[in-house]
Amino acid sequence: MDGLLTIAQLTWLEARRRRIVLAGLLSGLAFLLVFASAVYFAQHYGTPAGEVSLLQQQMQLQVVTLAGLYAVNFLVVALAVMLPVDSLSGEILSGVMQTIASKPIRRAEIVIGKWLVYWVIIAAYIVLLAGGLVLLMRLITGFTQQHLPVALALMWLEASVLLSVAIAGGVRFTTVTNGIIAFSFYVVAFFGGWIEQIGVMMGNASARYVGTVISLVSPTDALWRLAMHLIQPPAMAQVQVTPFSPVSVPSAAMVWWAAAFAIGVLAIAVRGFQKRAL
Amino acid sequence: MTTVIETWALRKQFGSTVAVSDLSLCIRRGEVFGFLGPNGAGKTTSVKMLLGLVEPTSGGATVLGAPVGDRRSRARMGFLPEHFRFHDSLTGREFLRIHGRLLGLRGAPLERRIDDLLARVHLLEAAHRPLRQFSKGMVQRAGLAQALIGKPELVFLDEPTSGLDPLGRVLVRELIEELRARGATVFLNSHLLGEVEATCDRVAFVKQGRTVRELSLKESTAALEVELKADRTDSSTLNGLRNFAHDVRLDGSIVRLRVKSENVVPEIARWLVGQGIGIHGLGSRRKSLEEWFIEVMGEDQRPG
Repeated sequence: MDGLLTIAQLTWLEARRRRIVLAGLLSGLAFLLVFASAVYFAQHYGTPAGEVSLLQQQMQLQVVTLAGLYAVNFLVVALAVMLPVDSLSGEILSGVMQTIASKPIRRAEIVIGKWLVYWVIIAAYIVLLAGGLVLLMRLITGFTQQHLPVALALMWLEASVLLSVAIAGGVRFTTVTNGIIAFSFYVVAFFGGWIEQIGVMMGNASARYVGTVISLVSPTDALWRLAMHLIQPPAMAQVQVTPFSPVSVPSAAMVWWAAAFAIGVLAIAVRGFQKRAL
Repeated sequence: MTTVIETWALRKQFGSTVAVSDLSLCIRRGEVFGFLGPNGAGKTTSVKMLLGLVEPTSGGATVLGAPVGDRRSRARMGFLPEHFRFHDSLTGREFLRIHGRLLGLRGAPLERRIDDLLARVHLLEAAHRPLRQFSKGMVQRAGLAQALIGKPELVFLDEPTSGLDPLGRVLVRELIEELRARGATVFLNSHLLGEVEATCDRVAFVKQGRTVRELSLKESTAALEVELKADRTDSSTLNGLRNFAHDVRLDGSIVRLRVKSENVVPEIARWLVGQGIGIHGLGSRRKSLEEWFIEVMGEDQRPG
């Protein structure tokens, strides 16, 4: 346990000193600034409030919030891939890992210590961006987003899956290869999600089946769809009039599967690292 | 004397490439042991196996009485890797603190140890600077301090002076002497044979992943060679000289003898005079490690 905490401390120091945390913070604030400006101008110079019904106005604000969260989700995905992508592969390749791993520490502690620190950084990033976005919406427009915690938890789980994949890839692959694999893992899930949606809309069982299988292999997009479904008002989710209202909603079992997936891939990373020649 | 490292038929293969084919060593407590061989002979892979960084393909080894890779025995070892790359965003002090903590050290004793080591490797004033601002020699000295932070019983130094200037090399020699004085064992990988000769008690030559010869440097009788230039070097003279030496050979006009002690030299002189053989030159010298290296590795060895 002492070893794990020391690795966590080292990982945090590295993330801070390499200005990874600062870069994440500044890019997040820049995004929030852009978002707030767009919402402000739309609110003050858009359609006068009297010309649309209150329901329509609420729906518009909900769609704007969902669009903002969509961008937040993409930034979180990028962070979950880029943050750990060089961590193990870079340290193995450069030889930095040799002095660490020759100490009386379990290799599992090295992998899990790094994973935990990145996991917490990602959580803080989600809270900062998504929380900031929702807060800005409330301050500028008065719109209150419902069910936010559950959506943030699902985004965190989505990022956790990608984090485990990037950590596991770092055990075997070089940094660039690992980055390509981890990002492709997300892109495959994204397209799998669309295949499933189109399959449902067109009544094509095969396409739906293919999409579901892809979601099982790479559950990130399914988690995002579930988050979007849960966050919007039931009436709006059922009407499916926005691009953020999924036609096919993943079941709760997908959450358990994704959690097991993240833990399982992390276990594979630990096992691979234990056998890895350093 | 207690055995600190023992290996038997240790082998490591990466795919079809054999890095270490048959390593059999026995290193005793308190020894400064030199591990010599050309580039690609498997020296670094051997060290990594002993540290548990690389899993052997076959064979076995014990280090500090435990199987290789044992976590508790790793707490009693120090290691400076050949390429001494560390987390360069850390300051010198943070770097040593992290490595001290990985060894289970904490609080005031750790801070005192860090201060002592930083002073010992002449980095106390630079301790607040990140390693990326250090020169190559400074990073290597920081790496040395890291290897010593847990007061190890066994220290692996892989090319410990490759980035150091002459003063830095003197420092490494002094540190090795200090380790010897407190009874620690040092496993030294180095290409600088003069350095090995000056510090090591014993060396092993490794060639193509196999230990081909071991040599004791401190009490090496095999290394003492006498050169004789005489006016008669016929077979009866050579046969007579064999009474004083365990190896006699004619090298052009010079007779080379391997003797047990320098005390034999006057006896040889007296015998030659008694035989009526004129002596044009007679002297003894220890064979240098470089000469041993070339002899053991063979003339066919190409620079790696």
